[in-house]
Amino acid sequence: MSNKTAPHGDPQQAARKAWMSLLAKAPEAQVLALWGGRTAPEHQTLRAPELGSTMVRGRIGATGNAFNLGEMTITRCSVQLTDGPVGHAYVQGRSKEKARIAALVDAMMQTGAAEAIRADILTPLAEARETAKAARAAKAAATKVDFFTMARGED
Amino acid sequence: MYVAVKGGEKAIDAAHAWLAEERRGDTAIAELSVAQIREQLALSVNRVMAEGSLYDPNLAALAIKQARGDLIEAVFLIRAYRTTLPRFGATLPVETADMTCDRRVSATFKDAPGGQVLGPTFDYTHRLLDFKLAADGEVAEAPTRGAPEEATPHITTFLKQEGVIQTEVDSGDTPRDLTREPLELPADRALRLQALTRGDEGFVLGMAYSTQRGYARNHAFVGELRIGTVDVEMEIPELGFAIEVGEVELTECETVNQFTGSKTEPPQFTRGYGLVFGQSERKSISMALVDRALRWEELGEDNMGAPAQDAEFVLYHADNIQATGFLEHIKLPHYVDFQSELELVRKLRAEAEERNGANIAPQQEAAE
Repeated sequence: MSNKTAPHGDPQQAARKAWMSLLAKAPEAQVLALWGGRTAPEHQTLRAPELGSTMVRGRIGATGNAFNLGEMTITRCSVQLTDGPVGHAYVQGRSKEKARIAALVDAMMQTGAAEAIRADILTPLAEARETAKAARAAKAAATKVDFFTMARGED
Repeated sequence: MYVAVKGGEKAIDAAHAWLAEERRGDTAIAELSVAQIREQLALSVNRVMAEGSLYDPNLAALAIKQARGDLIEAVFLIRAYRTTLPRFGATLPVETADMTCDRRVSATFKDAPGGQVLGPTFDYTHRLLDFKLAADGEVAEAPTRGAPEEATPHITTFLKQEGVIQTEVDSGDTPRDLTREPLELPADRALRLQALTRGDEGFVLGMAYSTQRGYARNHAFVGELRIGTVDVEMEIPELGFAIEVGEVELTECETVNQFTGSKTEPPQFTRGYGLVFGQSERKSISMALVDRALRWEELGEDNMGAPAQDAEFVLYHADNIQATGFLEHIKLPHYVDFQSELELVRKLRAEAEERNGANIAPQQEAAE
């Protein structure tokens, strides 16, 4: 089994992975707010939003065999735009609405609407995430220990 | 004689109604919201997620509210809910080397790359009650510092470079899952770790403490303790590739233990490993110590007969839901069971009286 699976040599797949991952981790409130009152393009629901879990695995000693750490909640959903691409979502938590929007966004990112969707939804989500992460990292950095060597006076 | 008994519905309904009222407490006091519990009792939430074996802070907070703060009852609620969820699959193993660390300390290397980052710790507090917290909720903003983009490699990688620590290699095996099949012995290390990470914090702590006090003779250094978030990746069948389906906060502890070597292994350091949902430092260190004690057989160490070396003892008693289920069931009606015991004792007494003649005064018949 591979480690972090970076899709090799397929920029489209890498891009899709990136936006799906971003949507999966984004807070529900942000996703709903950025989607706003937008009307979804005509589509069929292939799989209505469904709550479930996935078994999160760790590695023994961080590098060894996998072991089962415990489950986490996820919600999935699949849609197909009329005469258009299929959109999938697997998102963290139990928000059916977030899963439905994520599936629609995934589908729309494969159409001519991609640029607008990126600008309106994905970029703000990514920026909010970066800001939150940077704020935490800065607080962690402030708790980094600077050691001073004391003269021990043995000479 | 077996007598079927029915009844108690009204009493049960009234008890539950009263429970709801007691849960709410004095209505002159503002009600707690689930979000308040999630944000302000985060370590309780973490414990319920770890022992409930389901990562979902909102659900854990709800369970704590419903359980009136009884964390084992809350774990019970989460375990029960978990069984209602269809499982979509399993994730790829999380890469803790890529963790975004809030905290990372090593007791073995002062100058490790990435540094000693204390994070939001209770360590170095004076454990004096802070009456300011009773007065108001004002909190000063935590200081910040420019965070250099610096990797924080695992401390054990330095020992690995020197070849003085046993390496942990991935065989690619699918781990057994005790939520899908009964926990059977012998349990390999992966199964033991699953049982420990969802085990009761108090039990695992007690077991770990016993190893420190000499019941298993393990002197552990905390090689590294890190707390932070990792991305969780999962292969999506519809897509044919993996995406991140979320992120979880984890606490990881690697202990470094001396190992004098065996017939097949040179003297080197070995590891105990702890990995727990949420910020769960005590549990994670405890897990690593118990993991290491349970490895005696594969490392060719002596069985000292210590409780922490006994996989059956540890693994079959670590789960607080199994334990409390069996323990608490004895308070439920056992009228029929007890009736037969009562009959037996009466019979034995009657026989004893017959043997001893009139030495024992006849007893008055107990009320039925």
